[in-house]
Amino acid sequence: MRLLRDPLYWLLAAFLLLLWGLPHSGPLFAHWFPQLERPLYQQESFWRLALAHLALVVSGSVLALVVGVGCAVFATRHAGRAFRPLLETVAAAGQTFPPVAVLAIAVPVMGFGAAPAVMALFLYGLLPILQGTLAGLDSVPASNREIAVGLGMGPWRRLWQIELALAAPVIMAGVRTSVMINIGTATIASTVGAESLGSPVIIGLSGFNTAYVIQGALLVALLALICDRLLERVQRKLSWYAQ
Amino acid sequence: MIEFHQVSKVFAGKEAIRNLSLKIEKGSFTVLIGTSGSGKSTTLKMINRLVEHDSGEIRFAGEPIERMDARALRRRIGYAIQSIGLFPHWNVAKNIGTVPSLLGWPQAKINQRVDELLALLNLDRHLATRMPHQLSGGQQQRVGVARALAADPELLLMDEPFGALDPVNRLALQHEMLRIQKMSGRTVVLVTHDIDEALTLADQLVLMDGGEIVQQGRPIDLLTQPVNDFAREFFGRSELGVRLLALGRAGNAARRGEWLDVEPIAESLTLREALSQFIARRTDKLPVIDQHQQPLGVLHFSDLLRQREAS
Repeated sequence: MRLLRDPLYWLLAAFLLLLWGLPHSGPLFAHWFPQLERPLYQQESFWRLALAHLALVVSGSVLALVVGVGCAVFATRHAGRAFRPLLETVAAAGQTFPPVAVLAIAVPVMGFGAAPAVMALFLYGLLPILQGTLAGLDSVPASNREIAVGLGMGPWRRLWQIELALAAPVIMAGVRTSVMINIGTATIASTVGAESLGSPVIIGLSGFNTAYVIQGALLVALLALICDRLLERVQRKLSWYAQ
Repeated sequence: MIEFHQVSKVFAGKEAIRNLSLKIEKGSFTVLIGTSGSGKSTTLKMINRLVEHDSGEIRFAGEPIERMDARALRRRIGYAIQSIGLFPHWNVAKNIGTVPSLLGWPQAKINQRVDELLALLNLDRHLATRMPHQLSGGQQQRVGVARALAADPELLLMDEPFGALDPVNRLALQHEMLRIQKMSGRTVVLVTHDIDEALTLADQLVLMDGGEIVQQGRPIDLLTQPVNDFAREFFGRSELGVRLLALGRAGNAARRGEWLDVEPIAESLTLREALSQFIARRTDKLPVIDQHQQPLGVLHFSDLLRQREAS
């Protein structure tokens, strides 16, 4: 019963059903869009697109996580405190570039394919994680810091066992936002030749094939919802101690 | 145990501590008292190097602290603060075991020590697996004190540890602190701005103002022979009498060999509390029992006037 009440499993089931069912849905889309010559996207399998999409998002977000948390930790240490406003400005500036522009700039440098896409996703995913980590580290009670020092903990142990452990739920909120942004942004990555669930969407848009757009968009939307539920769960697990 | 020799500390161009010299004997209960901004907390934090002193010398067990490894020094010193600072993601046992596990004790020894400390602080054993937010304020501070005592430190530093507690818990913890200190003979340095707390706990009282020591000595000396107007005002002219009474114990003042068959009082009661009993019961004689509930003697109202010396 508990499994049935959980939207995550329903979403997951719908996603898998769609991945399995879409290749067989040719007649259905032909019925809805009789004017289309090829109403079903068949260039690559949807499975492969979904995996490629996830791979892009995971690579971009993991990079953003490592760099974002690293920068935030540095900016909250004694030595790096002066750099904090600069870091926040740079990350915010990264967010103001339209993703298409980032891709357009990245292509001449990195060529076509997944590399410029990951680059764009990384830049996009950085700000929420940086901000989340800064907010999380700021929220560690001063009394905990004082006691950690006063009882004789070293700086690494304080960072790992106290500060990051206590900041984890807030950092995870940043990761969640970052991943959600990146699942959306990864759809336009196919404009620079990276495979993703955006491929049917982009091809559909340029070829006036609404069926393609619907097929891609449905899968992206479900993937986004699943990841959101999943990360929300991780976030809750990380703050178990307060429940 | 600790010696300050002409220690100064400057914060942002302002002298927070000026030329402070202080000797804290091994096994003493020293209370630093003063108004806010008097430098009492800073003085305390200089001992475990949460605040580094600028000039002068601080010795811990004969050794200048700036030559010691700060982490090793802190692990030898227990530390408890007003805001407690229990780690919210660790259960009570893990919080108490913080320093022992830093020192690399085997887990079995840590567990045993945690049990001992829970018993010492009158905490139920089943609380060991609770999370801090599930405890009451009083229980949290007991755990905070247990954590400070965990690795059997040579010295215990307490920064207004009972300031945020309700009066009932504050009194209970003060008495437990006294009991623990008497039992273990451990050196304790405590900061407070609560005069009654200071008089209850201190055997050495240090009155500070403006980063300097105004007067130090036994509580009774500060009450009866204040060196200047500040000291006199601080301990309060109007309450001086009852505060003097707070230094004496019923057990010491009671006349031996007498007895009365009415509701007795405990020998550990302060004369101030005894005074309250006299008034409340409208009597001038109270029987006193010792810690084993045996008759000890009778306290007469007039004994309050003769009692001068701290127990």
